[in-house]
Amino acid sequence: MSAATEKIAFLRASLARVDGLEAHARVSLGHPTADACLRGGIQKGALHEIYPAAARDEAAASGFAVALAVRVAAKKRVLWLRPDFAALEGGELSALGLLEMGFDPTRMLLLRAADAASALRAALDALSCKALGAIVIEIPGAPKILDLAASRRLVLACAQTGVTAFLLRMMAEPEASAAETRWLIRAARSHPPSGALARATSPASGGGKEEEDWGSPLFETDLVRNRHGRTGHWVIEWSCDDGLFRTANPGAVVSAPSDRPAAAAMERAGRANMSRVA
Amino acid sequence: MPLANARAMLPALDVASADETADRALLESIADWCEHFTPLVALDSPNGLLLDITGASHLFGGEETLLARIRTSLSKQGFAVQGAIAGSVVAAHALARYRNGAIIAPGEEAAAVAPLPVEALDLDTAMTHAFRHAGLKTIGQVSARKRSELTARFGAAMVFALDQTLGRAEKPISPRAALPDYSAERIFAEPVTAEEVILETLRTLAASLGGLLAERGEGARRMEAVFFRADGVVRRLAVETGGPTRDVAIIARLFRERLDALVDPLDPGFGFDLIRLCADRAERCEAGTSPFDARANEEKEIAFLVDRLAARFGAQRILSFRPNDTHIPEAASVVLPAQSAENCTLPWKAIRGRDEAPRRPLRLFARPELIDAVAAVPDGPPLRFRWRRALHEVAIAEGPERIAMEWWRQQTPQPTRDYYRVEDSKGRRFWLYRDGLYHRETDSPRWFLHGLFA
Repeated sequence: MSAATEKIAFLRASLARVDGLEAHARVSLGHPTADACLRGGIQKGALHEIYPAAARDEAAASGFAVALAVRVAAKKRVLWLRPDFAALEGGELSALGLLEMGFDPTRMLLLRAADAASALRAALDALSCKALGAIVIEIPGAPKILDLAASRRLVLACAQTGVTAFLLRMMAEPEASAAETRWLIRAARSHPPSGALARATSPASGGGKEEEDWGSPLFETDLVRNRHGRTGHWVIEWSCDDGLFRTANPGAVVSAPSDRPAAAAMERAGRANMSRVA
Repeated sequence: MPLANARAMLPALDVASADETADRALLESIADWCEHFTPLVALDSPNGLLLDITGASHLFGGEETLLARIRTSLSKQGFAVQGAIAGSVVAAHALARYRNGAIIAPGEEAAAVAPLPVEALDLDTAMTHAFRHAGLKTIGQVSARKRSELTARFGAAMVFALDQTLGRAEKPISPRAALPDYSAERIFAEPVTAEEVILETLRTLAASLGGLLAERGEGARRMEAVFFRADGVVRRLAVETGGPTRDVAIIARLFRERLDALVDPLDPGFGFDLIRLCADRAERCEAGTSPFDARANEEKEIAFLVDRLAARFGAQRILSFRPNDTHIPEAASVVLPAQSAENCTLPWKAIRGRDEAPRRPLRLFARPELIDAVAAVPDGPPLRFRWRRALHEVAIAEGPERIAMEWWRQQTPQPTRDYYRVEDSKGRRFWLYRDGLYHRETDSPRWFLHGLFA
């Protein structure tokens, strides 16, 4: 056993050298099974893709991106890049919303690019700045410029400085890329809807201390691609106070895997064709 | 003379209507070119330019050579040009129009302008007419009159104008641009066209400016490169930085970004014969921080990144958030260009308490979107709503959070909003509000979607 694992470890290390990728640290998400799957957490200095699993899950996907940025960036700045028209479709990133999720808005830099091409160009430029904690590139649709070569360039730029990049692909089908991980995100129901409405109808002026049904942000995450580990499917909760993910409470309703979008299946088929490093 | 009369005298007359805007633009471009000689150039509309050549003429071989050079260069470009040099602005203005080529030493203006006709005073036609009627045909004759007489008849303003023309009173010139804090330039005997040469020149100029800035312990926040093309066209490029800078590498890099990102590239044409680099908005700049101070270095790197992105994409595209002291959700924060956003003492105020879920959405629509919502009771939470043609069943609704508009700021009162945080049957979370209090402000309140929670 030991000989085999050693050999694998050696091969892995030599592959990493060939790739020119230094091993950057991994940041734990706080969710034990997800961390185990990711071998300790989300890889720093790599490209991670985040897709909303369905239409109208864009807000959940951006929430997940913010949460990951909080984990990875620690106290450093985060640069959020997006083309101009993204705000019309999905709304403007809100400073108070960031604050409520546990991210200090003063640490956020926002770049409004004219189009996807200049957003990518700026991302490459920004990835050369070691002082950044993470960058989030929000690209709506599937512009031609964002192809395998473009994602490869991003991966190399990330690896060189150790800055982590999150590619937030709104309104797009997953396509071939060189990313380290790919996440499909959908919003999860916070509680079974037992009489929640009835209670909420009553005036909320009763001191504001009463228990709310509305809980922390909940994500149903589908890790459909992981270059250095297994994939998985979890419902995880973001704790805004601690800046950590945690296991969602058992009351959460999880939709059956059967209703996952066709995209996930396509992705799995497509992945088989792609060469894998590990 | 009416046009009809003129046509009668000269049937082949070519008529064009005056285009003041184009004339002005032309005058501006001539003024740009004149910055070759001095940075202080003022427009003397509609057809003149004033150049303050104090301390500059010796660089061009003396006043005579300078004047001759300006006049010949402009006439070669096809302009009919007249010029004069004098110790006071108004005297020079009058001499240029009535004694082309005159160069008058300071103190001799009165003698020089005396033979000029009264029109040279640039007074209104009624006054000039009155002088002519009174038999005063030259400035000398007017100035020989007693001042009390002139003041009584024509007013103090006329006497002041006369004094200015005679060089007894000063009129300041108002140059088009303020004098830069620092500037360095390089003249080329042979016009240059290659981009590498241009960038290298900017680098050398930045180095010499950096030396000047370092001597006084300052750094500049704005740098402007001015390119004088051999055929008279002038092009300016500016880069700004978030903090005072005098680092050559940084300045050169910013100019390279700026040149790369130009929509209309710098067209050297027949080449540039003068490149000037000006530094503006100089501020105190401490000598480099210790390389071991990780935090300060990080800040520096971020500032450099912001400057670079601003040079490439424009300062208004790289933004940062600052809090704003209001409870209106869409105004609670402002986005400012990251370069100019100063540190703000106002703290961010979280709305949720500990262990509570977010109370403000992550994505906020700049313009709340009108939705069709159905509520069980007119002042209750919504049961279902339709947004962008899709129907959402409300599973959980928290609220209302009542937010009144700021009546002390608005002219027309705006309705109070009752905000609900709702979750639909799929778990997506929305921030909706009812516009107006039922029965008190409106009987058929409209619903809006304002934001999306994660």
